[in-house]
Parts: sequence; C-alpha cells; structure tokens
Amino acid sequence: MIGAAHVGVWSAAAMIACVVLCSTAGEVLTAAAMKSIGDLDEIRARSGFPGAVRAVVSCPLFFGGIGFLTLAFFSLLFALSHLNLSLVAPASASLTLVTNAVAGKIFLKENVDRRRWTAAVLVCIGVYLLAH
Amino acid sequence: MSIAHPATLIAAVFTPWIALGIGLLMCFFASYLTALSWADLTFVLPATAFGNVIVAFFARFWLHESISPERWAGIALITLGVSFVAQGPSLTERPVPQIEEATTQ
Repeated sequence: MIGAAHVGVWSAAAMIACVVLCSTAGEVLTAAAMKSIGDLDEIRARSGFPGAVRAVVSCPLFFGGIGFLTLAFFSLLFALSHLNLSLVAPASASLTLVTNAVAGKIFLKENVDRRRWTAAVLVCIGVYLLAH
Repeated sequence: MSIAHPATLIAAVFTPWIALGIGLLMCFFASYLTALSWADLTFVLPATAFGNVIVAFFARFWLHESISPERWAGIALITLGVSFVAQGPSLTERPVPQIEEATTQ
C-alpha cells in the first residue's frame, strides 16, 4: 500500500516528482544567486553584516529560489496528506540529491566528477535507509 | 493547537524550545547561503546531508531512541559519501577567458 487513501502508483510518483523538481529548481536558483553575489565572507568583511544581507535580498534569483523552495515545502505537505511518511520522506530526500547533481552539471556547469557522483549516490542510498 | 486558533500558533513560536529551533534554523540557512557563495552545490548538498547522521546520534544518545541495523548502514553510507566529496575541490575551476566571455554576453 502506497498511501492511507489508496493512491495510485502514478499519482504517488507525480506527487513525489513535484516535490523533487520544485526542490531541485529552488536549490539551483539559490546556488546561482549566491554565485552571482560572490563570496559572502568577503562582502561581510568589506561592508559588514547589513551589507551582506543587502547583497542577498537585492538579488532577484534568490527570491526565485526561495519561491521554489516554498513550493517544494507545500507540495511535500500535499504529498504527506495523501501518502505515507515512510514513502515520501526517504524518496524525496534521496532523489533530490541525484537530481541536484544532474541539475548542477547542466545548469550551473559544475564539474561533477566521478568522486561527486559516487558521493551523491552513496548519500542518496544512506538518506533513504536512514529516513525509511 | 490548530489553524482555527491562530493565537495559540503565535504563542507557540515564543515557546523557548521552538524559538531556539527557529533561531538555529535561521543560523543553518545563513551558513548554507554563505557556503553556496564559495562552494559548488554538488559539494555543499552531500556535505550538509551529514546533518542526518548528527540527528541520528542525538536521537540515540539524547532521546534514547533505538537505531536499527538498516539505519546504522545508512549512517555509514552518508559518512562515506561525505568523506568522498570532501576529498575533492569545493569549487569548479573556471578558466578566466570563459568568465570574461560570460560577462560580456
């Protein structure tokens, strides 16, 4: 049984996919925003903590990221209202790691070498086992 | 406590443990954003997953919860994954000409 209300396999997959995609979009946009702002430690050393906060909140990409992370949170709540926690929590937490590795390579042009792929897969299985 | 009684929800935010939790989550987000400003997402994300291991240890030794062998295996895999990613560079090296081209576009 997938959920308390006898949800079909495809509906369950769509709900989890929605959580994973929104979360990945949010993480990638937030990472892109922080890269465009530059090293926050240096900004804080130059213009203090208020300057660092100003740099972050004046970046539109950051709010795009926060928007998608909020969507991910509410789609997680929606999924939890239809599916079992023991399915949604491990599936979304572990799949997000793999989709982020793919998205980081494609959109952020990060160098995802064999070491990072191995780490993403190991952590993905580990989070699944821990959250299950 | 429910959404029908918003006053109780607002009061809950000022409960010492919940206020401490919210404060620590804000600290986490600030540190996470700072890490993302100088390291790759594919480096930061597996590294922050180590938090799951710390939570499991807190659950075991502070809340005295039992941890199944399956979960110990999960802890071992996460630790191994984090040690893998930590051995490599934290930021993708980008050649200077490429950055110049990107900024002129």
